[in-house]
Amino acid sequence: MLTGDDGAPVQLLSPDGQRRPHERYDRLLADLDSDDSNALLALYEDMIVTRRIDAEGTALQRQGQLALWPPFLGQEAAQVGSAHAINRDDFIFASYREIAVAYVRGIALPDLMKQWRGTQNAGWNPFESNMAPTQVVIGAQPLHAVGYAMGVQFDGAESAVITYFGDGATSQGDVNESMVFAASFQAPVVFFCQNNHWAISEPVGIQAHVPIGLRAPGFGIPSVRVDGNDILACLAVTREALEHARAGHGPSYIEAVTYRMGAHTTADDPTRYRDANELEDWKGRDPIARFEAYLTGSGILDDAGRSQVAEKADAVAAAIREATIHMPDPEPEELFEHVYAGPHAVLERQRDHFERYRAGFAEHSNHAPHAALTEGGH
Amino acid sequence: MSAMTFGKAINTGLRKAMEQDPKVVLMGEDIGRLGGVFRITDGLQKDFGPHRVIDTPLAESGIMGTAIGMAYRGYRPVVEIQFDGFVYPAFDQIVAQMAKLHYRTRGMVKVPITLRLPFGGGIGSPEHHSESPEAYFAHTAGLRVVAPSNPQDAFTMIQEAIASDDPVVFLEPKRRYHDKGDVDESLAPGAALDMGSARVAVEGSDVTLVAYGPMVKTCLDAAVAASDEGVSVEVIDLRSLSPVDYGPLVGSVKKTGRLVVAHEASRTLGLGAELAAEITERCFYHLEHAPVRVTGFDVPYPPSKLEFHHLPDLDRILDGVDRALGRTNSLSGTEEEA
Repeated sequence: MLTGDDGAPVQLLSPDGQRRPHERYDRLLADLDSDDSNALLALYEDMIVTRRIDAEGTALQRQGQLALWPPFLGQEAAQVGSAHAINRDDFIFASYREIAVAYVRGIALPDLMKQWRGTQNAGWNPFESNMAPTQVVIGAQPLHAVGYAMGVQFDGAESAVITYFGDGATSQGDVNESMVFAASFQAPVVFFCQNNHWAISEPVGIQAHVPIGLRAPGFGIPSVRVDGNDILACLAVTREALEHARAGHGPSYIEAVTYRMGAHTTADDPTRYRDANELEDWKGRDPIARFEAYLTGSGILDDAGRSQVAEKADAVAAAIREATIHMPDPEPEELFEHVYAGPHAVLERQRDHFERYRAGFAEHSNHAPHAALTEGGH
Repeated sequence: MSAMTFGKAINTGLRKAMEQDPKVVLMGEDIGRLGGVFRITDGLQKDFGPHRVIDTPLAESGIMGTAIGMAYRGYRPVVEIQFDGFVYPAFDQIVAQMAKLHYRTRGMVKVPITLRLPFGGGIGSPEHHSESPEAYFAHTAGLRVVAPSNPQDAFTMIQEAIASDDPVVFLEPKRRYHDKGDVDESLAPGAALDMGSARVAVEGSDVTLVAYGPMVKTCLDAAVAASDEGVSVEVIDLRSLSPVDYGPLVGSVKKTGRLVVAHEASRTLGLGAELAAEITERCFYHLEHAPVRVTGFDVPYPPSKLEFHHLPDLDRILDGVDRALGRTNSLSGTEEEA
């Protein structure tokens, strides 16, 4: 059974990178603490690479190659740490900001960008990755996670479901309803709230008058607050929560206390609402710097390792850039595809009219559609 | 063939679907031990257990959202929302989530959810219990919307809705739940007519009268009354509101030259407006009169002592038929278009 750890977020790495022993959570990191430096380096690499993906996404948006990008700068520990706890047959329902989770899940690099490029609404096959397409409507996906988890339970399967959402989403009815359902049916689901302190311009104080993690126990769901900038703590508490679910003990809730160092999206300007001192303060708690200090201090990471990881990040960024800028536009006919699983006479008539209309331009190829002269060009 | 009520016909259809496919699960408030406030799921939890007939928390968005998650997992949830007026808290999960998931994922996620919604008025209920929200759903791409009007259709169409890989909003005309009719239980879903098809309920030659759900019976009565006055009315039971099966409508209007649409829902931007526009486009040179709508008024659903003024009844429909025929009617001598 999880508990609330007296309100102070669980921390296994001090801000200056010292490993703190923990009676309850050390067990969950035994494989990493033994000698498996590869596992620790894998965590480090994923943090570095995803931060680089984030920077590349922002740059691609600024260059007009993406319509929008939601930065997760500062949330690498929460996302990478928790994602490393998830088993292959567990299922993930996340929001649009969980790009690092999707990367760790093994989503193909071009697929990470399709939604933001605007070529597809969702980039990947959820059943190949056991990760649903990310959700844009705030707080809609925890209900899907709970329903899926009820199915897991009815199937008698020994897997778990995890759902990601932010502090703003905790104000939504759907998130609260999902906790009612999860508790009532004891569904094997983990609620992973990244409290990044800002819902666009609204500080977390507008969403919650008490620490968000304290809400879940009111639903009968055990809860833990974790230092969201401490990757080892995020990994450990998520492993515990998923074990709890897989063992048939029902739902649990994690509040990862972290910070969105960037904008809400590339359309946002945080300087209008956010105190610069606050940002500086959180930069001092940078999740990557902390982990790097730990790895360096433990002799696991040296300059050679650092440059190796930097090379990987460069390669991933280049691959993403290449895939994005050469991503073909979808064919016009795709507009009509997959609206329904079966035939739909009214839509088929519209498709037919559209095809005739387009064929008219092909017959008179010297007359381009007027729209092409004013819109739609890159 | 046996006589059964509309409600029992749905119950029988649900039972059949559950027997045939273990992935069919029912979800909703009070649908288990109580059998639903209208008793449509009566006895099903007893026979199929609490994991097949799930009494959910009282949270409409929660019911719809978890049903979507169940569908992800390979189940075919049949959701009961207790009353039409309570469907609005679930609006996002219906129109933004359930309706769009297949399109968003380019067909990789199937959403075979049936949303059962008792709809319409005429039972003397308090507010929020008599709404006609069909236009919201018919306006939403990705949803199928159907409304049976008689026990036989209720029996087969509910099974088709459940078998469909698309999400289906299944509108149950609650004031017809106790109406009896013959049901051939051996009739396989789609054997006579699939749920996407319109049905010519009564043939006629002077006016085409189109309705769905609870209004079909009223329109059939109106056709009998009209025939007493020497007017031959063809009644079409739309059955599917999205997609509309225009074939029988176009055929009928080409024959009669006149169209009347009747529904309980408010007039402005209701289904009647769409049917009138589409039929005008397709049958312009066959029309002898502008299409006529006989509908509820653009008012919130009124208190029950007023509802029979709001709902189109036999006489208002006949008045609409007179308008379509250019006969003396309630609007004669007025500027109808004003």
